[in-house]
Amino acid sequence: MATQHSKTAARLMISPAVILLFLWMIVPLSMTLYFSFLRYNLLMPGMESFTGWDNYYYFLTDPAFAAALTNTLLLVGGVLLITIVGGTALALLLDQPMWGQGIVRILVIAPFFIMPTVSALVWKNMFMNPVNGMFAHIARALGMQPFDFLAHAPLASIIGIVAWQWLPFATLILLTALQSLDREQMEAAEMDGASPVARFVYITLPHLTRAITVVVLIQTIFLLGVFAEILVTTNGGPGTASTNITYLVYAQSLLNYDVGGGSAGGIVAVILANIVAIFLMRMIGKNLDA
Amino acid sequence: MGKITLRNVQKRFGEAVVIPSLDLDIEDGEFVVFVGPSGCGKSTLLRLIAGLEDVSDGQILIDGRNATEMPPAKRGLAMVFQSYALYPHMTVRKNIAFPLKMAKMDRAEIDRRVDNAARVLNLTNYLDRRPGQLSGGQRQRVAIGRAIVREPAAFLFDEPLSNLDAALRVNMRLEITELHQSLKTTMIYVTHDQVEAMTMADKIVVLNAGRIEQVGSPLTLYRSPANLFVAGFIGSPKMNLIAGPEAASRGATTIGIRPEHLDISRDGGEWPGEVGVSEHLGSDTFLHVHVKGMPTLTVRAGGEFGVHHGDRVWLTPQPDKIHRFGPDGRAI
Ligand SMILES: Nc1ncnc2c1ncn2[C@@H]1O[C@H](COP(=O)(O)OP(=O)(O)OP(=O)(O)O)[C@@H](O)[C@H]1O
Ligand SMILES: [Mg+2]
Repeated sequence: MATQHSKTAARLMISPAVILLFLWMIVPLSMTLYFSFLRYNLLMPGMESFTGWDNYYYFLTDPAFAAALTNTLLLVGGVLLITIVGGTALALLLDQPMWGQGIVRILVIAPFFIMPTVSALVWKNMFMNPVNGMFAHIARALGMQPFDFLAHAPLASIIGIVAWQWLPFATLILLTALQSLDREQMEAAEMDGASPVARFVYITLPHLTRAITVVVLIQTIFLLGVFAEILVTTNGGPGTASTNITYLVYAQSLLNYDVGGGSAGGIVAVILANIVAIFLMRMIGKNLDA
Repeated sequence: MGKITLRNVQKRFGEAVVIPSLDLDIEDGEFVVFVGPSGCGKSTLLRLIAGLEDVSDGQILIDGRNATEMPPAKRGLAMVFQSYALYPHMTVRKNIAFPLKMAKMDRAEIDRRVDNAARVLNLTNYLDRRPGQLSGGQRQRVAIGRAIVREPAAFLFDEPLSNLDAALRVNMRLEITELHQSLKTTMIYVTHDQVEAMTMADKIVVLNAGRIEQVGSPLTLYRSPANLFVAGFIGSPKMNLIAGPEAASRGATTIGIRPEHLDISRDGGEWPGEVGVSEHLGSDTFLHVHVKGMPTLTVRAGGEFGVHHGDRVWLTPQPDKIHRFGPDGRAI
């Protein structure tokens, strides 16, 4: 891709894909934008009228919005923290030569292949259920009161479920990064008198920064939109204790039949996601430069 | 101090015996070069001394102390790797300072030593760069810098120049030799390169399949190779090895004669032959001569020697330079 000619050719060839992707994005976005300025309730079809910024005003001043915003950030931050720390630890373990390595690796990757709804249901009914759940059984066996996770710690429970789903992804990416660490560098550090901890801090961790950046960026994109896990476990409750922005938009437009308000929420969510993205790229984007 | 003694050292990887049993004494301040064909265990031996591999059996003594079970950092040795193994995210200064930082030395002393090493190695202008922004030769010097700041008992080099181009290699060879002269520290150096081995070493150790074939000064190995393997390995181009009646007539199973010890003439001599390929290097001419009843012989003629493919020439071995080997391959 060096000459002017080949650059032009490249642009020409890639343009259909870019244009298609652009349309794919811009059409729904502009429709949402359009709806967000309408008074549009599904219970009153044909009564749509222009309302200006009202939808935004109601959405942003709704007390549920502040709660949802906090929950979203807690959810994203919590899951990122657990998956990065846990993923690094697991990757370090899996990188050790051990018997049955192949099988163990597949087992570790497995949760990633389970659909979010299914895994959330399994967690809800088989593990966290206060009567029949595994945790309840364990608690009773130890002579303790079973804890109703989804009622008393709904957000933490959802963070746990989502982190469990994303841990394999982080582990996988970090493991491949670990495997690309030059063995001689480690040996040089060993000869230089670095303890295992120092080797981790000065050699392994810097080597992993790029992979960690990738994990953070990709996971953030997906975690901002967590929905199924909330829908099947807590329905955003109790109250708004486990409602995130995505769920709030859903509640607004489909549970309250208010398409206008929901669309305004959607646009707010897009803007928030972009703020987060810009923030992230500012903070850690430079790690991606070779 | 850097006296290293290997006693009956063995190394196995699972079933594979890489080093059957090896004894070696390396004196303080010596420059020892390990040579041998690829896969003969040179790197393994170096890593055993460094402590990066566990010894399967036997002992390693450093300055008389048993170091067999010591972790690498405690042995007081520094290693320069073939891939340099610099830390890519650290600047040159931090790379060189790393071992000192790990030793919890104070800042002022670290800076003094790093600046000193940088001056010796001509790296002063590059201290704030990262390894990725350096040329191969500069990286090599950083790796050496990281080794010398520790003031180790001995340096271990594993083919440190093999990634450099020919001109730079000559330069670095001189620099390392000079470094050795000024530091007077023991150095153990692994190489494939004949010239490096011959020019740098106080003592060459020729390895073959994990066994020591011969230990000696470069000229000892050149003048009196102990066996056929060393004879064929040391010297470039290789020694001509001739078996059969010609050898028998001299009371040996095989005789060896180096290319530079065969006199060539257009008029007459002992062995008549026909010129095959001739390689003109300007300073020398290497001729491949076909003589009846012998393998193709390589002959070195000084300067320009004007012969052509198919020309008839006569070769005469210098009688005092003929090496004779018995049926077991040992020199007689
Ligand atoms: N970790 C290992 N496991 C099993 N076998 C090994 C291992 N490391 C080295 N070997 C074997 O030991 C032998 C010696 O290897 P070594 O790396 O010491 O060779 P070398 O003399 O340094 O070769 P080269 O000149 O190509 O670098 C080789 O046959 C190699 O296959
Ligand atoms: Mg090697």
